[in-house]
Amino acid sequence: MRNFFPVITVVAAIMVIWYAASVWMNSKWVYDQAARAGEEVSFSELVKDTWSQDRPVLPAPHQIVAELYKSTVQKKITSKRSLVYHGWITLSATLLGFIFGTGMGILLAIGIVHNRAMDMSVMPWAIASQTVPIIAIAPMIVVVMSTIGATDFLGKDAATALLGYQPAFMQGLLPKAVIAAYLSFFPVVVGMVKGLRSPDNMQLDLLKTYNASKSRTFWSLRLPSSTPYLFTSLKIGMAGALVGAIVSELSSSPLRGLGARMLTGSYYGQTIQIWAALFAAASLAATLVALISMIERISLKRMGMNR
Amino acid sequence: MTTETVIKAENLDLTFHTNDGDVHALKDINLDIQKGDFVSFIGPSGCGKTTFLRTIASLETPTAGSVCVNGMSAEEARKKRAYGYVFQAAGLYPWRTIRGNIRLPLEIMGFPKKDQEDHISKVLDLVDLRGFGKKYPWQLSGGMQQRASIARALAFDAEILLMDEPFGALDEIVRDHLNEQLLQLWDRTNKTICFVTHSIPEAVYLSTKIVVMSPRPGRISDVIESTLPRERPLDIRDTQEFLDIAHRVREGLRAGHAYDE
Repeated sequence: MRNFFPVITVVAAIMVIWYAASVWMNSKWVYDQAARAGEEVSFSELVKDTWSQDRPVLPAPHQIVAELYKSTVQKKITSKRSLVYHGWITLSATLLGFIFGTGMGILLAIGIVHNRAMDMSVMPWAIASQTVPIIAIAPMIVVVMSTIGATDFLGKDAATALLGYQPAFMQGLLPKAVIAAYLSFFPVVVGMVKGLRSPDNMQLDLLKTYNASKSRTFWSLRLPSSTPYLFTSLKIGMAGALVGAIVSELSSSPLRGLGARMLTGSYYGQTIQIWAALFAAASLAATLVALISMIERISLKRMGMNR
Repeated sequence: MTTETVIKAENLDLTFHTNDGDVHALKDINLDIQKGDFVSFIGPSGCGKTTFLRTIASLETPTAGSVCVNGMSAEEARKKRAYGYVFQAAGLYPWRTIRGNIRLPLEIMGFPKKDQEDHISKVLDLVDLRGFGKKYPWQLSGGMQQRASIARALAFDAEILLMDEPFGALDEIVRDHLNEQLLQLWDRTNKTICFVTHSIPEAVYLSTKIVVMSPRPGRISDVIESTLPRERPLDIRDTQEFLDIAHRVREGLRAGHAYDE
């Protein structure tokens, strides 16, 4: 924990700046109210007021924490106002999309490294696919997939047969997962292509002297050498999958998930709700990436690539 | 003492086409290597000794002439896994133990599982790394890693060993030790060894035949049959016979303009 003091210092500094900014940005409302009532506002009253408004422009940290507490601990998990409920909707789409995206990315990378035709043709398309704004594509994907009937992870009948009911998160999961996969496959392709091509000529010559087939070279040399690159790409891919899941929620119905929560908050002017959902999404991303980092550290240590 | 020819190069010629012009790496190489020989290739940088070794290994293709290994073309010999190759760097996989690294060629060549362990243990004994099978490469010193690399090249019982400056990156004391061990190994296994080196004492100490090469274009300047006995303690390097052969090597290098600017 040698990072403890530096981190605490930075966090404290951010808190100070935040509280000050909160006073500054929420003060216009207070002054307007006071002018309408014909009253004067002292500085301490100003501060107190700006830190406890119902719909502040910039909520103070303690307001956000209070809202987080209210919507996670104090609500039932199945309630439609619980951040845990919405968090799981987003998380399930993120994870499924991440698995799809990573799987597809690795397969594409293997194809690119071993096949000249794919090497020359796939990359431009992959890059082009990432330049299209996802906000425009997401509704199209949702519509197309519901037309062909591929929206639920397990259809109502299948889920009821298996579990007795259809869990809320399974409904409409597939389009969200596809959009999350869309944003997460690209870093995996790029990283894995570099990783699979990372062994140097001496290593490849050595396998040539054993007359090793391409598949043998892949499993014994290329795949293990690419693990550091894979983990780096997974971290980026995970963040991308979360962004994709959140964006996809904005155009799916019913409106559920952390992204939807931010959207409904903005409809009704509930700024604290928006910020609370934002924090929840950010901490979700941080946790997921930290988890991958942990797995990376253990794996690379066991493979001797992390001296 | 059989005198069958295992490696035969005839009018071998190799030119690299680079965007800076052609590099004539090998010109008119004619050489016969008998079974059980220890042949050293010595010459200055750029004289083609590594290129020649790689051509024997079918890692480079000649532009003219031919090279025969075990009576077949170099490429067929490579496909039949006729030789083991030792590079200048050990090149062990950090994610495998030493045993795992030695097992690599055995896995690729499809040796049955129960034979694999026997081969690995036998070859670890040969290079004197017996307790280190379960260790990882980074836990071994440079000399030990190179020994593990040699063990890996010996694991699948190829009759020919091609070594490209294997001790080049090691210090003199370790080098002496490894030279001795290599000779003992050669004595015990009776393989044909082609050894590329920069060091004149090393070449004279280890070999039965010394091929002196010179650069621009790469060609054989002299082939010296060593008169030293097969049993060689390290002190043989102070005898007059040794110094005479070393002198002849230097003459060959000078004749090939190795000492010119």
